[in-house]
Amino acid sequence: MLSSIFHYGFIVRGLEAGIVVALIAPLIGIFLVLRRYSLIADTLAHVSLAGIAIGLLARVDPVITAIATTVLASLGIEKLRGTKRIYGESALALFLSGSLALAIVLLSLAKGLNANLFSYLFGSIVTVTDSDVRIIVGLAFVVAIALAAFFKELVFVAFDEDAAKVSGIQTGLVNSVLIILSALTVSLSIPIVGVLLISALIVIPVVTALQLRQSFMTTIIVAEAVSVLSVVAGIFVSFAFNLSTGGTIVLLMLAVFAVVLAGRTLAVSLTRHK
Amino acid sequence: MPHVSEVKNIVEVRGIGFSYGNDPVLSDITFDIHEGDYLGVIGPNGSGKTTLLKIMLGLVKPSAGKVLLFGRDISEFRDWTRIGYVPQKVTNFDVNFPATVHEVVLMGLYARRGLFKGVTKKDHQISMRALDQVGMREFHNRLIGDLSGGQQQRVFIARALAGQPEIIFLDEPTTGIDEHAQAEFYTLLKKLNEKLGLTLVLVSHDIAMVAKEVMHIACIDRTLVCHTSPQEFLKASKPDNIFGQDVRVITHHHHRH
Repeated sequence: MLSSIFHYGFIVRGLEAGIVVALIAPLIGIFLVLRRYSLIADTLAHVSLAGIAIGLLARVDPVITAIATTVLASLGIEKLRGTKRIYGESALALFLSGSLALAIVLLSLAKGLNANLFSYLFGSIVTVTDSDVRIIVGLAFVVAIALAAFFKELVFVAFDEDAAKVSGIQTGLVNSVLIILSALTVSLSIPIVGVLLISALIVIPVVTALQLRQSFMTTIIVAEAVSVLSVVAGIFVSFAFNLSTGGTIVLLMLAVFAVVLAGRTLAVSLTRHK
Repeated sequence: MPHVSEVKNIVEVRGIGFSYGNDPVLSDITFDIHEGDYLGVIGPNGSGKTTLLKIMLGLVKPSAGKVLLFGRDISEFRDWTRIGYVPQKVTNFDVNFPATVHEVVLMGLYARRGLFKGVTKKDHQISMRALDQVGMREFHNRLIGDLSGGQQQRVFIARALAGQPEIIFLDEPTTGIDEHAQAEFYTLLKKLNEKLGLTLVLVSHDIAMVAKEVMHIACIDRTLVCHTSPQEFLKASKPDNIFGQDVRVITHHHHRH
């Protein structure tokens, strides 16, 4: 069966897109998790749904409208948090519920197009087109280059923003870069896991790797491994058993997390009883 | 002791005032920190000394007055590699952060390298040398969160040293550190000041301890109450008289090594 699986074009496209997404998501995720910004991924995902609704209504590729909407909203969120008139979490709640409301209203206007909605909500590699793959790879390239440029700065700001600022790092710029990259990562993940499960892809592999208490570099490598393995395995398993791809990937990630957490708890209790 | 006017000023604080809304926190503070100085900025909790420190570092904008760093107005100052900063550990640090001691010290070099540049072999040597200076080389592969408070504080000093600054600001560096480690810590600071000629600014509420260590004292209680030598400070008055009745000075009894 495994040899015949590659005869299906959509599986190859799904794997290409899936591996790219799996590589990028934890690289952004580690900074979001360490800065207690995990909820931003979920908020931006809901914003992207509004973008998708706009695309469906305007008959433009929804991935493109999702990218535009998410990046604009990410800058708005950052601005609102900066004013300090509103708590950071409240700013997120406003954007999350507001964009969901907008999405629902727009989708109700676009009656008859709702058949597609399921794949955007939960992801479906069957519907990944060649143009989606090109967009995902292109965006991933942009994110990877920006990460390479700002990596050191992102690490220092995540560890201690004040000390980073005093050392001469432009923390305002670094924060804006992080949130824009988060927006791009969320947008490029939509076709694979869908809007509702994106934050899992960004957060779970990182949280899993953090359980091992290793250096920053090792933590990233472990998160990448968890992410790529879960995505690839999830695509094959969901194909073999005809399951939802996004859901299968996230459940596999959670399984890995549970095993690592259990192993770690066991190791800690063993060293205590020595 | 050199005459103050002959020595280069590194920091010039000129008529600094700060208020939260209508609530004045600091007013009319003027003093200099000269090259090679070891200044203790002391004051009770809520005296505004940490705000003053943040103003001197450009993290907080003052409501009045100005700060000059190396002769330049702080708003135009770009030469941040000349400044080292050891933040207050308890408020700024996540013990679960996945970073080794070596990775933390390397951060002190990041701003020098600029975008796209990774750390070099030379950076690794510089950071190991900084760890040597604080006696923490053997811990370089340990996670920062696994160390004791005193060891973590040494690592943060090493991070500041790695950037090869001319002045280091320390914010309540001994909070949560046991007395023995505190004594070692002050010995290290004295060595950095005397042997390397580093200018040090130590912000603390531990008035008695700081008075024993530093070269000059600036007493802050919403304004500059005194700026003098520790000898004069201890001779002139019981600290109660300086800060009012409700301030108690903690005295320490321990052996110096």
